[in-house]
Amino acid sequence: MINSRFFNRSELMGFIALAAVLFVILPLSLDVFRLNLVAKYLTYAFVALGLVLCWGYGGILSLGQGVFFGLGGYCMAMFLKLEASSVENTKIQSTPGIPDFMDWNQITSLPLFWQPFHSLTFTILAIILVPGVFALIIGTAMFKRRVGGTYFAIITQAVAAILTILIVGQQGYTGGINGMTDLRTLRGWDIRPDHAKVILYFVEVVLLFACIGIAQFIRLTKLGRILVAMREQEDRVRFSGYSVANFKIFAFCMAAVFAAIGGAMFALNVGFMSPSFVGIVPSIEMVIYTAVGGRMSIFGAIWGAILVNFAKTSLSESFPQLWLFGLGALFIAVVLAFPNGLSGLWADYVQPRIDRLFASRKSKPDWKDNSVADGAPAE
Amino acid sequence: MSDEENKGLLSPLRRKLLMGMAAIPAITMLPRASFAQAPATSAVNTTGLAVTDTEVTVGILHSATGTMAISETGSIEAEKLAIEQINAMGGVLGRKIKFIQEDGASDWPTFAEKAKKLLVNDKVAAIMGCWTSASRKAVLPVMEQYNGMLYYPTFYEGLEQSKNVIYTGQEATQQILAGLNWIAKEKGAKTFFFIGSDYIWPRTSNKIARKHVENVLKGKVVGEEYYPLGNTQFNSVINKIKLTKPDVIFTDVVGGSNVAFYKQLKAAGIDLSKQALLTISVTEDEIDGIGGENIAGAYACMKYFQTLDNPNNKTFVPAFKKMWGEKTVIGDVTQAAYLGPWLWKLTVEKAGSFDVDKIAAASPGVEFKGAPEGYVRIHENHHLWSKTRVGRAKLDGQFELIYETADLVEPDPFPKGYQ
Repeated sequence: MINSRFFNRSELMGFIALAAVLFVILPLSLDVFRLNLVAKYLTYAFVALGLVLCWGYGGILSLGQGVFFGLGGYCMAMFLKLEASSVENTKIQSTPGIPDFMDWNQITSLPLFWQPFHSLTFTILAIILVPGVFALIIGTAMFKRRVGGTYFAIITQAVAAILTILIVGQQGYTGGINGMTDLRTLRGWDIRPDHAKVILYFVEVVLLFACIGIAQFIRLTKLGRILVAMREQEDRVRFSGYSVANFKIFAFCMAAVFAAIGGAMFALNVGFMSPSFVGIVPSIEMVIYTAVGGRMSIFGAIWGAILVNFAKTSLSESFPQLWLFGLGALFIAVVLAFPNGLSGLWADYVQPRIDRLFASRKSKPDWKDNSVADGAPAE
Repeated sequence: MSDEENKGLLSPLRRKLLMGMAAIPAITMLPRASFAQAPATSAVNTTGLAVTDTEVTVGILHSATGTMAISETGSIEAEKLAIEQINAMGGVLGRKIKFIQEDGASDWPTFAEKAKKLLVNDKVAAIMGCWTSASRKAVLPVMEQYNGMLYYPTFYEGLEQSKNVIYTGQEATQQILAGLNWIAKEKGAKTFFFIGSDYIWPRTSNKIARKHVENVLKGKVVGEEYYPLGNTQFNSVINKIKLTKPDVIFTDVVGGSNVAFYKQLKAAGIDLSKQALLTISVTEDEIDGIGGENIAGAYACMKYFQTLDNPNNKTFVPAFKKMWGEKTVIGDVTQAAYLGPWLWKLTVEKAGSFDVDKIAAASPGVEFKGAPEGYVRIHENHHLWSKTRVGRAKLDGQFELIYETADLVEPDPFPKGYQ
């Protein structure tokens, strides 16, 4: 029943609604400046998508997704920075041809680990592989020893803190607290003008839908069922002969890769990358978007990322001091009052009305069929 | 000084007089602005900026919230004061200045986003803003892409020069070299210990200071230590200072860390009246948090102190306090921020246009005789010629001027032999 269709009816509606908003409504109604802001919000939607798999389905709460977002973003930013640091762009420096922040820190030649980032192919592979392998290492070290739950969350948070300190401290190699700024072109194509921003927006939306497809596929296979089972009764899964650790590592790595793709798109859309997206606070914010949208729902989490960030932009202008308290209160309210987030509210209050509306127009057997399908994904 | 002010403000007449006097520095420009017919908008604004027949819009972009708010508030206040004074004198080319204030929220991407909003949506003629180097680095590509004009107030590390930025604070060599020369000569200092916060400005400043100490002063750097922003544990470095006994402690620790650093120095028994300490990062604003009793005796090297004894400053300080309250203090950056709107106004009038390209071209050579720090002039490289001064911190949190360079120091953002 579940595997028979890729999307059930309510998911199909969610898919169509999201596609309509992102592909048609927003590009037509917003100017380029606002559209670029939406592109920025959507980079967090990738992270939220990863958290749905890893936290919502796998039950692994990671408070360090900023690490992977940052690794992906820095890989992209390193490529763009190298291209922006051509010899004629940097002839004012004492060593032309290297990124400006290296010159400020008395580094006179490009460090070895920067060299491969001249190649776009390598960069794209690195965006996927660096965070993926890093997550694999952390995941193997933790899950094989059966470290989980709160302890795992604390360790991911420590990793986020460590990476931030490393980036800030090694400013000759990373740009330090300033980050990597002034990113200009991608293979000679200027990423700053308005038409480029529009193209990047659409590239990002297409990538997002590709990732939604992958996440949905994982959810519907046996793998997805095992993840849910693991979340509910880990020991029972283990006693059934499954290697719980491997499944957890897989979910964690997928979440890391999604976050990294978001980070890379962030560097392209916003035009810089800095350690302020890597640390503990942004990592916790990422968990909040997901919780607000609904950690059990792919589309809910994406809406959560968009809406919370939109609110952040607009509310932080009107009530700057209150904004952070508001965000905290929102998280508490979500956890206490509606644990399934916005998508939970939708499923409990809006969906039944829509169903009733459809039911009154359709024949009885069809209504029965739908109700089963709707009930299933909620577990 | 502060006694005299208190007395002065008790009398309403005196207060009015002071208000009037605040505008005196700019009186030289008055005839041109008020008697000349305001030129047609189409002539002075050919690039579609927010200029009408009666108004011109500028942006103010600082952190009003977040960790940097405590430092940047002074800049916002100074810029608003300057704009109000300019408007009271008839504005710029017959147009009143209107400002749109945006909050960078101590977050660098937000700075870039808001700068873009000011330039693209609001079409502001100029932006007064930014404070940290990180925020300026984030905003700079936006200014260059959309051809805006930024007046940046903070003393900074140099190594930068842009058509679209006027740097109203000092760059590193301007600030540091004269101070080191003075302390080497005055105190016979030979050994130096450097302590800084770990980011680009202290690192670059210390690099310049080290080259100067080693190559020019023939002295020795006996230690160089960096701490993360916001660090509050300085005990280990204080022990090292006690062991190495440097002639001078040279510090560029920034922000809240200063409070812990000076309190711990004092607690460790290092008496700043005997141990020379030269800071380039503590202004009157920071002393507000540190407490005068913890830092009295330390030397600071920058271009402005609130206690400067010149006619411009004697009208500026009371005008500032009148507008923002008796308790406010005015640090180096606050004064530099005050210069921004004035320099922009003078440049617009010199160029006879609000167009950014014409302002960028007309900027070199613009001089502001009414500057509270004395006299400043814009250099070809868009930095300011200014004097460097050394002050000694007093118990009341103010600085006493000890030394100032005889001439204006030339800004040199890409110093040869110091990189």
